[in-house]
Amino acid sequence: MIRINCPYCGERDHSEFSYGGDATINYPSLDASEKEWTEAIFFRKNIKGFQFETWHHSNGCRMWLVVERSTVTHEIKSVKPCHPDLQKVVENNK
Amino acid sequence: MMPGNHEFYEHSLKLWENLSHELNYNVMFSQRAHVSLFHSPGAKDSVSRIYNIMRLHGTDAELWDLKTLKKKIPHLNYHNSRFPILGAAVQKRAGNARHDAVAWGYARAADTLGVDILQNCEVTGFTRKNGNIESIQTSRGIIKGKKIGFAVAGNTSVLWQMAELGNLPIESHKLQAFVSEAVKPLLDQVVVYGVGGAHFYISQSDKGSMVFGGDLDWYKSYAQRGNLPMVQDVAEAAMAIFPSLGRIRLLRHWAGVMDMTMDGSFFICKTPISNLYLNAGWNYGGFKASPASGWYFADLIANESPHNYVQNHNLERFEKGINIDERGAGPDPKLHG
Ligand SMILES: Cc1cc2nc3c(=O)[nH]c(=O)nc-3n(C[C@H](O)[C@H](O)[C@H](O)COP(=O)(O)OP(=O)(O)OC[C@H]3O[C@@H](n4cnc5c(N)ncnc54)[C@H](O)[C@@H]3O)c2cc1C
Ligand SMILES: [Zn+2]
Repeated sequence: MIRINCPYCGERDHSEFSYGGDATINYPSLDASEKEWTEAIFFRKNIKGFQFETWHHSNGCRMWLVVERSTVTHEIKSVKPCHPDLQKVVENNK
Repeated sequence: MMPGNHEFYEHSLKLWENLSHELNYNVMFSQRAHVSLFHSPGAKDSVSRIYNIMRLHGTDAELWDLKTLKKKIPHLNYHNSRFPILGAAVQKRAGNARHDAVAWGYARAADTLGVDILQNCEVTGFTRKNGNIESIQTSRGIIKGKKIGFAVAGNTSVLWQMAELGNLPIESHKLQAFVSEAVKPLLDQVVVYGVGGAHFYISQSDKGSMVFGGDLDWYKSYAQRGNLPMVQDVAEAAMAIFPSLGRIRLLRHWAGVMDMTMDGSFFICKTPISNLYLNAGWNYGGFKASPASGWYFADLIANESPHNYVQNHNLERFEKGINIDERGAGPDPKLHG
């Protein structure tokens, strides 16, 4: 079991969460080329090692989180809310 | 159901049917029937449509009503299951083979034909010349070659980035398999159960072990070990459909890393490097495809152009919007089981 330390709920089993995917994708502007959109939607780094990824605490607070996790050992380095403003709120509240 | 796809897999099955003879090695190929249970009138209609299309294309397919199913497999849970079984869709020529025997059979046959197989030899880098790959660096030295093929399921992205080719429409996920202690003959077919959140498939090996599995672990991973929530899910599904397994003991379980693609289909194609060829993205259906996978990959490398059946199995299909075997799950690799 992977244990994810949700900033809102505390440390929980990963089975409470749903895996989202790569958290580093930036979608291009609407008038960007088909090539750029194809890259953003379909192509992935698929990192072997630490990566930033999204998880949804679907059976908890239902917040979307960014988790820095190793795809080899499953060790987790950090867990933050996805939204940058919420990250600040959580930081300030510590 | 899309052109090309069906022909590819039918060709694969035909190659399986003669594989033991061709390799002169018993791969224990057993066409014991693949039995997909259905649990609602809607599911029956949907699978009837698919199986009718298969029949129209000359592949075997039939529907078993409840009476036939009960006769063939009397010990499924017909009495108090949450999702009552209504019948099954059956491909009688499908079945299983012993995976070790397949690997050894191919290895020996290739060796006989003069192929060098280097074991414990990890590719660690590439030397480029004039845009091509001139040689491969490995843990056991440098290998030169005119043409290079990647067939490194699970680690495709790693090698792709080693060759400085950027990103791929692939994510690595892991899938577990479970093997029980040996019991007397209990199940003659491959049975597949999928309804609601459940996904489960089971057969019995020649040694008597029950061999079964379910879904991916649901998060991206290169770790070759499975996680416990899926063990529980699989055990629950087993009990739901096959309650007589309740006291059986698990001998071993493991997880393998798989190339899960953005549309659930594979790649047999050329690449941006003109002497590099790609065979990848088998999701978790690469075993049944093995003979055809090798056949069409060799054809591509030898003739420099893809056969009609695999012409859309390339890296450009996403930009062009070409559908191959899309089930409408969208660009999320873990959903293409
Ligand atoms: C638990 C489980 C159950 C499955 N069940 C089924 C099933 O029922 N039916 C089905 O059709 N498919 C099934 N599959 C999928 C199937 O096993 C794969 O799709 C198939 O084995 C892929 O074959 P391949 O030859 O492409 O790659 P593989 O057989 O995975 O071979 C890839 C090889 O590349 C090597 N490699 C990786 N990196 C390097 C490197 N840097 N240098 C040198 N070599 C490298 C690896 O060591 C490996 O030997 C299952 C998979 C798993 C894990
Ligand atoms: Zn939470």
